[in-house]
Amino acid sequence: MRTSAIGLLAVLLAVAGCSPGAKDAAGGASVHGTVTVLAAASLTEAFGRLAKQFEAAHPGVTVKLSFGASSALAQQVNAGAPADVFASAAEKNMQQVITAGGAGSSTDFVKNVLQIAVPPRNPAGIRQLSDLARPGVKVALCQVQVPCGATAAQVFRNARLTVRPVTEEADVKATLTKVETDEVDAGLVYVTDVRAAGRKVTGIPIPDPVNASTEYPIAALTRAPNPSAAAAFVRYVLSPAGQAVLSADGFEKP
Amino acid sequence: MDRPQRVPAVLAVPAAVGFAFLLLPLLALLIRTPWRGLGRLLASTSGLTALRLSLECATAATGLSLLLGVPLAWVLARVRLPGIALLRSVVLLPLVLPPVVGGLALLLALGRNGVFGRYGYAAFGYSLPFTTGGVVVAETFVAMPFLVVTVEGAIRSADRELEEAAATLGANRAQVFRRVTLPLIGPSVLAGAVLCWARALGEFGATITFAGSFPGTTQTMPLAVYNALQTDPEPAVALSLVLLLVAVLVLAALRDQWLRPGGLR
Repeated sequence: MRTSAIGLLAVLLAVAGCSPGAKDAAGGASVHGTVTVLAAASLTEAFGRLAKQFEAAHPGVTVKLSFGASSALAQQVNAGAPADVFASAAEKNMQQVITAGGAGSSTDFVKNVLQIAVPPRNPAGIRQLSDLARPGVKVALCQVQVPCGATAAQVFRNARLTVRPVTEEADVKATLTKVETDEVDAGLVYVTDVRAAGRKVTGIPIPDPVNASTEYPIAALTRAPNPSAAAAFVRYVLSPAGQAVLSADGFEKP
Repeated sequence: MDRPQRVPAVLAVPAAVGFAFLLLPLLALLIRTPWRGLGRLLASTSGLTALRLSLECATAATGLSLLLGVPLAWVLARVRLPGIALLRSVVLLPLVLPPVVGGLALLLALGRNGVFGRYGYAAFGYSLPFTTGGVVVAETFVAMPFLVVTVEGAIRSADRELEEAAATLGANRAQVFRRVTLPLIGPSVLAGAVLCWARALGEFGATITFAGSFPGTTQTMPLAVYNALQTDPEPAVALSLVLLLVAVLVLAALRDQWLRPGGLR
């Protein structure tokens, strides 16, 4: 026990001695310290895994993740939150940050489409999008200020449907939770959220001609406390390794 | 009468910091209020709908709390039972529980798939979440303990001899409560009701968790403030100002109970 602990310590010291900060994969400056990433709620699972891989590839770097509605995160950045990277679920919220001088430019890294999520027992017998407009069907949507709500509104416009939800939730995960707890008959969430929820919800695809998508831009922030790590994280998300994690979760190429 | 006392610096400095700490954020709200477009902001951002819903729900929750809370306070103050201390802690729990946890507990209990709610849903096809009734229930859960605590204290300190005198004059127990106890504790019931109403008006966590958020049905003022903050702080500040104004009015109404040293017993 003791020997192995000492052995481990020796390895750690050796590693620390050899590389005070890991070289970035892209061959840039060494990165170290903490990188704080504000990311759209729909990225919760994918970025959780992506951050672990990034940390493994860059020893000495810690990724701190904070998830929420893109609109709320954009407001936080503009209010001076000490963050390094912002990953938004819509162009609009990234533009709010860029306009306020919080970021120079952004790069789209994935896109996402919506799906109908219903509780496994499908209490209202939902089979298609038009079922959501039936009277008495309880539907949860995101509020229109957040990307999933804006995309849902676009889907209903495309389908020429008027759907009156019983609740407009603050972000996509809150909407998903209302479906998971079986308190609503259906919710409109991203296809990636349905996949992440596993057996807790059932997904019903929306036909392509009607469905709407949203592009996810990412940017290193101009006031980032750790600019080199911010740039490295953005590069990692755009790299084949990062894209592989995202596409495994159901995200599409932008 | 106390003579004016010189305040020692060791107390004056932290006291001043403490006062500034409580005052400055509210001052900032006033400074940043978009006074010029205030009327337009309040009228245009579904602020009026949210305000009306808030006032209605808080009033309904206070009514429900009076109906259930005053008898509950009487039981806690007067009944001598071995388990009464435990009962009292349960009643006080929502005071210290994070409201989000309260909302989750309500959802698990009264949701259409909840421990108790499923029977109501099976029988009547009705469930509380996402209804205005759900908002009232969430607010009552969080706010009623404020009323119970205030009234219980008043009943404890009420003069029992008056009640006994009424009883010897032939009044039955219900009459004693209505004619003697209630008038005695009246001011405290009022103070408790105002406190309860103010807490219900500001309720956020339990409401959004249990009742969801939809304009006109479940989106009360605090939810509207949060909603507005998602896109634009200006309407949020305007709506917050209204809540601040209501809070000041509540404090003014309670001034005899609170601002007097030793008040709110």
